[in-house]
Amino acid sequence: MSQILGLYNYWIVILLMMAGFYNVIARGNLIKKLIGLNIFQTSVFLLYISMGKVEGGTAPIVAEGMATYSNPLPHVLILTAIVVGIATTSVGLSLVIRIREAYDTIEEDEIQQLDEGP
Amino acid sequence: MIAAHLPILQIILPLLAAPICVLIRPQKFVWPFVLIVSWATLGLAAMMLNQVLLSGPISYALGGWEAPWGIEYRVDLLNAFVILLVALIGAVVLTYAPESVKREIDGDRQPYFYAAFLLCLTGLLGICITGDAFNVFVFLEISSLSTYGLISLGRDRRALTAAYNYLILGTIGATFILIGIGLMYMMTGTLNMADLASRLQGVNHTRTIQVAFAFLSVGLTLKLALFPLHIWLPNAYTYAPSVVTAFIAATATKVSVYVFLRFVFTIFGADFAFGTMHIDYLLLPLALAGIFVASAVAIYQSNLKRLLAYSSVAQIGYIMLGISFGTITGLTAGIVHLFNHALMKGALFLAVGSIFLRINSVQLDDLSGLGKRLPVTSFAFVLAGLGLIGVPLTVGFISKWYLLLAAIEAGWWPVAVLVLISSLMALVYIWRFVETAYFRPVPDDAPPVSEAPLLMQIPMWLLIALAIGLGVQTSLTAGIAQRAALWLLAGAP
Repeated sequence: MSQILGLYNYWIVILLMMAGFYNVIARGNLIKKLIGLNIFQTSVFLLYISMGKVEGGTAPIVAEGMATYSNPLPHVLILTAIVVGIATTSVGLSLVIRIREAYDTIEEDEIQQLDEGP
Repeated sequence: MIAAHLPILQIILPLLAAPICVLIRPQKFVWPFVLIVSWATLGLAAMMLNQVLLSGPISYALGGWEAPWGIEYRVDLLNAFVILLVALIGAVVLTYAPESVKREIDGDRQPYFYAAFLLCLTGLLGICITGDAFNVFVFLEISSLSTYGLISLGRDRRALTAAYNYLILGTIGATFILIGIGLMYMMTGTLNMADLASRLQGVNHTRTIQVAFAFLSVGLTLKLALFPLHIWLPNAYTYAPSVVTAFIAATATKVSVYVFLRFVFTIFGADFAFGTMHIDYLLLPLALAGIFVASAVAIYQSNLKRLLAYSSVAQIGYIMLGISFGTITGLTAGIVHLFNHALMKGALFLAVGSIFLRINSVQLDDLSGLGKRLPVTSFAFVLAGLGLIGVPLTVGFISKWYLLLAAIEAGWWPVAVLVLISSLMALVYIWRFVETAYFRPVPDDAPPVSEAPLLMQIPMWLLIALAIGLGVQTSLTAGIAQRAALWLLAGAP
């Protein structure tokens, strides 16, 4: 039981990761794919944040009466990864805008048809 | 003063130059500025390789924070060699660029093109130079994001979908790498590569580390386009502007191969990767399948750029085949081919760019009689193509030679035979160009064309001269590659 409940944050990570990944693969709409990719990346952020937590630890600010602190490094790493994620999403969305200008659709199968057509 | 700060200058120079490109007015000064920056970067890379050859690896603590707490830039023989390659291709391609860029990219977008190009160069150099696992991810994303932008600059609208698909797959690959690094951090509490290598020894029997290894391998093989994870590559290479194709075909996948070598051999160690995880069981069949499938597909292409793109997938197969032997000769073959393929593919795509500039098409059907219309460029293409086949006196022969030696050494005769057969397939697809260019008549309605300008010819011939010169004078590249291979297998970080 503790395997399931005690590690609940990791189960959430796995659930989000698979949900996001499924969306990337299964959706034909380019924006839905990107959102799926975003969920996929977010799950990894949660993975990093979970590993930084020390049981009974508090925020890493020196204060009286506190002896254990959580590890701040994974949090800082993930700040960087969040910035990277935002950049990826914005580049992706701007590509989608230009794809819509060029093809007048953002459905993958319709784009494929237009490319293979005459 | 400069000598002490070489590693950081290598990154800072193109990084700071990139935003300046967008600010420079008038725009005609952008290219000269970028040209100076790129050749200066090459100069720094050469100085760094020289320093490494004379006095051993360089360790640079960023901001004065000592490793393993701070980020360390660590330059040894292997990455100094790859950095020199990336900087060389960057400088050569940028020298070639202006005419081709004017032709293929709209005027107001050109400064952004140069800015993205420099950012991509920064990212690729950064991946090679850093000794910090998380830093690899950051630089990987810098180079990838700018590559997506560069590909989408192509005139054909399919460039947009190619860039989008590359973005999706590239981000999945990079996120896999991020997961792998996270799991390693979980077990060791460090991100410094040398520190990771020593601390992993104690925990590498755990499931967490084995999963980390799996995530990293899949993520990296996606980035380096090992068959069957190469789907993003053909469209990206075909529809990107010629200059961009020449640059990323010669560098991006090679840098990913370098990261693969770094993680597998320096961090995890050959014993773990080959002894415990048996990565060779996976790499060898995939590399061979990649060589044959991609070469076969290349034979049937009607677009010259797409033909070369599939040939790239096959050539990545040769590099990974060498690595999958896990022996010194095998690794030497892999590293040497990494360098050689970059030179040959760079030269080939530059030739294709010159052809497109004059003929306005890269469909094989439109290139009939090209040998008479553009004799110099066609000849350049054939010379670089000979290297791809592996004809003696070209660098391609050196790679194939080491690959064959490695296969025979390991006692895998069938693999050696397959490598020889696959070379014939390369002969077939290069022959398709030769047949079209030299044995078909010039169409009657073909307008007379002149050769590409000298500024485009010189960089192309420089790469071809290197591809042939280093094939005759083998000690330079093969020697360095062999020392790097010895070093990787010794497990010394």
